[in-house]
Amino acid sequence: MPTAKTRTRTQPRKPAPRKPAVWKLRLYVAGQTPKSIRAFANLKVLCEERLKGRYQIEVIDLLEHPHMARGDQIVAVPTLEIKLPQSVQRIIGDLSNTDRVLVGLALQQVG
Amino acid sequence: MTQQKKARRPSSKTLPKALTGIQGLDEITGGGLPSGRPTLVSGGAGAGKTMFGLEFLVRGATQYGEPGVFMSFEETIPDLTKNAASLGFDLGRLVAEKKLFLDHVAISRHEIEETGEYDLDGLFIRIADAVKRVGARRVVLDTIEALFGELPNPGILRAEIRRLFDWLKQQGLTTIITAERDRPDKLTRHGIEEFVSDCVIVLDHRIREEISTRRLRVVKYRGSTHGTNEYPFLIDEHGISVLPISSLGLDHTAPAERISTGIDRLDGMMGGKGFYRGSSILMSGTSGTGKTSVAAHFVDAACRRGERCLYFAIEESPRQVVRNMRSIGIDLEPWVRKGLLQFHAARPTYGGIEEVLLLTHKHISSFQPSVVVVDPITTLLMVSTLNEVRSMLTRLVDFLKTQEITAIFTSLTAAGGDLEANEADVSSLMDTWLLLKTIEVGGERNRALYVLKSRGMEHSNQIREFVLTNDGLRLLDVYLGPEGVLTGAARMSQEGREKAAGTFRRQQLEGRGRELDRKRQIFEARMTMLRAEFEVEEEIIQQSISESKLLDAELLQDRGQMVRSREADTSAYKKVGSAPAARKR
Repeated sequence: MPTAKTRTRTQPRKPAPRKPAVWKLRLYVAGQTPKSIRAFANLKVLCEERLKGRYQIEVIDLLEHPHMARGDQIVAVPTLEIKLPQSVQRIIGDLSNTDRVLVGLALQQVG
Repeated sequence: MTQQKKARRPSSKTLPKALTGIQGLDEITGGGLPSGRPTLVSGGAGAGKTMFGLEFLVRGATQYGEPGVFMSFEETIPDLTKNAASLGFDLGRLVAEKKLFLDHVAISRHEIEETGEYDLDGLFIRIADAVKRVGARRVVLDTIEALFGELPNPGILRAEIRRLFDWLKQQGLTTIITAERDRPDKLTRHGIEEFVSDCVIVLDHRIREEISTRRLRVVKYRGSTHGTNEYPFLIDEHGISVLPISSLGLDHTAPAERISTGIDRLDGMMGGKGFYRGSSILMSGTSGTGKTSVAAHFVDAACRRGERCLYFAIEESPRQVVRNMRSIGIDLEPWVRKGLLQFHAARPTYGGIEEVLLLTHKHISSFQPSVVVVDPITTLLMVSTLNEVRSMLTRLVDFLKTQEITAIFTSLTAAGGDLEANEADVSSLMDTWLLLKTIEVGGERNRALYVLKSRGMEHSNQIREFVLTNDGLRLLDVYLGPEGVLTGAARMSQEGREKAAGTFRRQQLEGRGRELDRKRQIFEARMTMLRAEFEVEEEIIQQSISESKLLDAELLQDRGQMVRSREADTSAYKKVGSAPAARKR
């Protein structure tokens, strides 16, 4: 996967992420920690800005579903997984670095 | 497994320990790893860290009722299961029985975008969940440092790993953390050893002179004494075995029981009772002196007593030994079939001396023999230095003594070498030293044997000749000639001479007896003759006496008549006497 941040727009894989009518995002957290609250807030703001009306956020509290940590190979929290458009990319941390989140979501061209 | 009962319970009262069940390790650590605390196991690639962790969990689950969790950061679960199978562990079964939980932590840095502060709660939750599922008491993290390669921000990672260790400690989980050691001056690549202050074990896999040796060292064990040497260890189909070099010490018991050597007259040379049980016997000699034969006698005798024997044939194949011994009338095969005798043939060149020692240990531990034969120990010198062989034998002898196993070590002396000097290095370890040699005299070689030393018992100081017959080994009578013990033809001729001399003496004796008889007869004959002569003389004398008396009487009568007729002076005649006159008549 290319790591260059600003040039990805011109890459052939670019058109695909555009298509989905709805973005499905899953945020893994471990309880209501400041970090997880922060991450959710950051994500919410970003989605409102960029994907208004066409996104879904699912929050998974691993404390309640510990088996999912194993099943989904979660090590670090918070972890944001992009279910649709399907991507292997994972975004970890409290999502405070918006640029990097956009890179992770392959949406950075707009910024 | 067999070693487990020997693993000493914690020596320290303050520090609880968890037995690892790894053969030998619990001896070195005086009872295992610190219970409820993390232990760092560090080593280079292929040093055996994963195997170490796996065995720790498997033994815990199967032997000590402590289920375990294995968190693998590198190998996948199918790979792990396959590798464990090579140690004889069935992970699948343990997982099914809920005694073991395996989790593979797979993350790839290419798929990770770090966007801010994170923690490892995901991992914590996974571990906690796994621990809860099987009720684990033990955890292995193999190799947690892999996270440094996959997750950004080492600062966070270090803090999180530290938190993880604290958490594990809090949970009272006995944990092994493995770490890659890529530089000799550092224990771990990312310095996580500073979080593990209780116990650090270093594994090492080195190759010297084309022979690979694995070694283990307890670098640190807070609050506990531990062996500090480098201990060789082995990974084979029964797991890991570590060999304590010197922890056994010299506190073994010394049984007073004596056991036969299997050769009556050899017993006779040792106070009539043979070896002490549990003693170590060195039997050295040049090739073809009959070392194996003596050993075979001993083995045969032990099997007859119903004891188990373990025979390490280092130069001959077991079949060869059995066949050869049959030629001197010892059939070992029935004992093999009965399971009393076990042969192990291995050339030391195959795995190096430490491996030989470890294998020896393992076989002894699993077979539990009361007699062990190592034939010969000198081959070990081919793969190692004298020092190493000596150190290995010291350990082996110590080990055998603690088990009260009687052991015979044969040693091949180079022809022409000084018999007694060559083995001087190992001989001090041995309780009894039998020397077998050939005596070359009068154009022939004959076998002889003597007891060079035998601690704690009277023993013969004679050199004894022996022959190998169809009916076993036979010690012959001693013949001392002017130049020492006589053997072979010289002995036979001496035997002959002694026989001849004996006959001569017997004849002489008989002759003297006869002479005495003869003399007695002569004497008696003479006596008879003398008596006869005497009787004859006596008769003559008696006769003459009575004649004289008669004559006197007649004379007197005649004279009276004459006096009367002549009327002569009678008194004068009476004075003159009678004889001449009588004769005249």
